[in-house]
Amino acid sequence: MAAFDLGNYLQLILAGISTGSIYVLIALGVVTIYTVTGVVNLAQGEFAMLGAMLAVTYYGWEMPLLLAFVAAVLSVAIIGAGIERLTVDPARDASPVTLIIITVGVSITVRGIALLAWGTIPYSLPAFTSGPPLRLWGAVISQQRLWTLATAAAILLLLYFLLEHTLLGKAVRACALNRRAASLMGISPSQMSLLAYVLSATLGAVGGIVIAPLTLVSYDMGLILGLKGFVVAVMGGLVSAPMTVAGGLLLGVAESLAAGLISSSLKDAIAFIALLVVIFARARQGPRIRLPGRLRS
Amino acid sequence: MIRTWWQRSPNAISVLLCALFLGSLPLWVRSPYLVSTAIFIGIASILTLGLCLLMGYAGQISLGHAAFYGLGAYTSAVLTVKYGVSPWLAMAIGVVITAGAAYLIGIPIFRLREHYLAMATLGLGVIAHLVFLELRDLTGGASGLPGVPRLAVGGFVFDSDVEYFYLVWGTVLLLIILSLNIVNSRVGRALRAIHASEAAADSIGVDSGRYKSQVLVLSAVYASLAGSLYVHYMRFVSPQPFDFEASVRLVVMAAVGGLASVWGAPLGAAAVTLLTVLLREVMPRLIPNASGEHTAIAYGLLLVVIMIFMPEGLTRGLLVRRRRYARR
Repeated sequence: MAAFDLGNYLQLILAGISTGSIYVLIALGVVTIYTVTGVVNLAQGEFAMLGAMLAVTYYGWEMPLLLAFVAAVLSVAIIGAGIERLTVDPARDASPVTLIIITVGVSITVRGIALLAWGTIPYSLPAFTSGPPLRLWGAVISQQRLWTLATAAAILLLLYFLLEHTLLGKAVRACALNRRAASLMGISPSQMSLLAYVLSATLGAVGGIVIAPLTLVSYDMGLILGLKGFVVAVMGGLVSAPMTVAGGLLLGVAESLAAGLISSSLKDAIAFIALLVVIFARARQGPRIRLPGRLRS
Repeated sequence: MIRTWWQRSPNAISVLLCALFLGSLPLWVRSPYLVSTAIFIGIASILTLGLCLLMGYAGQISLGHAAFYGLGAYTSAVLTVKYGVSPWLAMAIGVVITAGAAYLIGIPIFRLREHYLAMATLGLGVIAHLVFLELRDLTGGASGLPGVPRLAVGGFVFDSDVEYFYLVWGTVLLLIILSLNIVNSRVGRALRAIHASEAAADSIGVDSGRYKSQVLVLSAVYASLAGSLYVHYMRFVSPQPFDFEASVRLVVMAAVGGLASVWGAPLGAAAVTLLTVLLREVMPRLIPNASGEHTAIAYGLLLVVIMIFMPEGLTRGLLVRRRRYARR
């Protein structure tokens, strides 16, 4: 085995952080929908898949990459709104189990449509900028990984600004805190639910597009990405944004180290072992899990 | 009012009618394809039955039930193929191992509320699937483990589909009777109390955590039995039928049939299985050169529509509709 010096470790950790930032984006989508509407959205990964596939398609229509990026994100946001109006809104008063199954149905349908539209072939998107990779203490980092990190950070800042410093964000947070009280204050929970879906579709789409140049994308990439996002959201207790960010980055790094140092087949198991550990640790603290509280950011 | 015995026990007559219907089924269904489909519906019914008890009574959703199913299947397959253990003994060992796994999972989970069982079982399901895939020496990895023996009692071997049909559906009926008895007993009342309000149930001395853990173990045992029956029918085992999507399909069957109803389980299993079969037959006629994609899309859409318009599942949904119709 090759000697593992500082550079190799650093490279694995940085790669892990950039993958982890994708998990954070998808997980924040899960958290947003859960806190505002109480729905555990198992179709979250499909937003990432749609974002990536649409970006590839638009790019194929000879749009500039930036335009393809924006157009794909907007398309997915509209699709997210459509999904909310057609499936979640009519079933507002259904039980949580029913709502979970509805999101599963949505996920199966979207994946089916994607298979029909794009087939099983994996596609790729060019890197946002070409150029020599960055070298840092022996670690080699491609520019796209930096783009991934920068985009995720920018989106997080935007989300923070939207939720904390605008009236709309205040309305979303009020709805997350107490839906009934919010509606008594003249905030429509139905509109907030729509907004939550649009926000979370946007987050998912951005995550899917920035990861597209790093890995091949295909119609079934949403399932595993969605599950990992879900795991990260659970790490944050489904409500806490800072914990979600920390959990996502940690998971990305742990996976990257496990794949690089031990075995690549271990990579996918890590997330779910972590999930069980987190849940068992929470149980040890006793049954004082909070109800969906406010979206802390 | 003096009531006749079938008014007093509508379930007894339902079981009887069901047994008569199933017993005569192979006499008028001659197509081997349909008999084989019926066997799969039976196996799915056993799984769904356990899941209905768990979801409808413990009020917890399991997103990794295929793990218990796979644990039973692989225990049977590995013990009979690699170690020459008798199939029935292997089945029993599978049940014990699966029950133990479910019990261990249940200890921490039922101290938490909300969706935590869903999350833990989801994790367990994915890990179990990876273990089946990666323990190549034992399980044969992705290519699977062939050569699982047939089930036999003394000199009688279940070697035709019709014989296996009777074995599977006999098991289903026995488990339905067992489930009905549990639901309509002191334990069943305790479970219903928990489902209505856990705090209220606790306050009148129902140990809700213990009961919920027992239901989880019971549903895992059902799943393990179904797994063993599955491998002895297929005579082959591979990780694919026990992945995350299989778990999701089971939840779908339970929800379509109707949670908190024992009869909903076989109904949901049959409805979803037949729907898939039907879509595969009908879609190519509606859309020329239709393929698996169209079937998947139609399946997903129907699922959403059923859940929006009949959130209580088919059993309740149809009953409510009939009552509304009768009132008019």
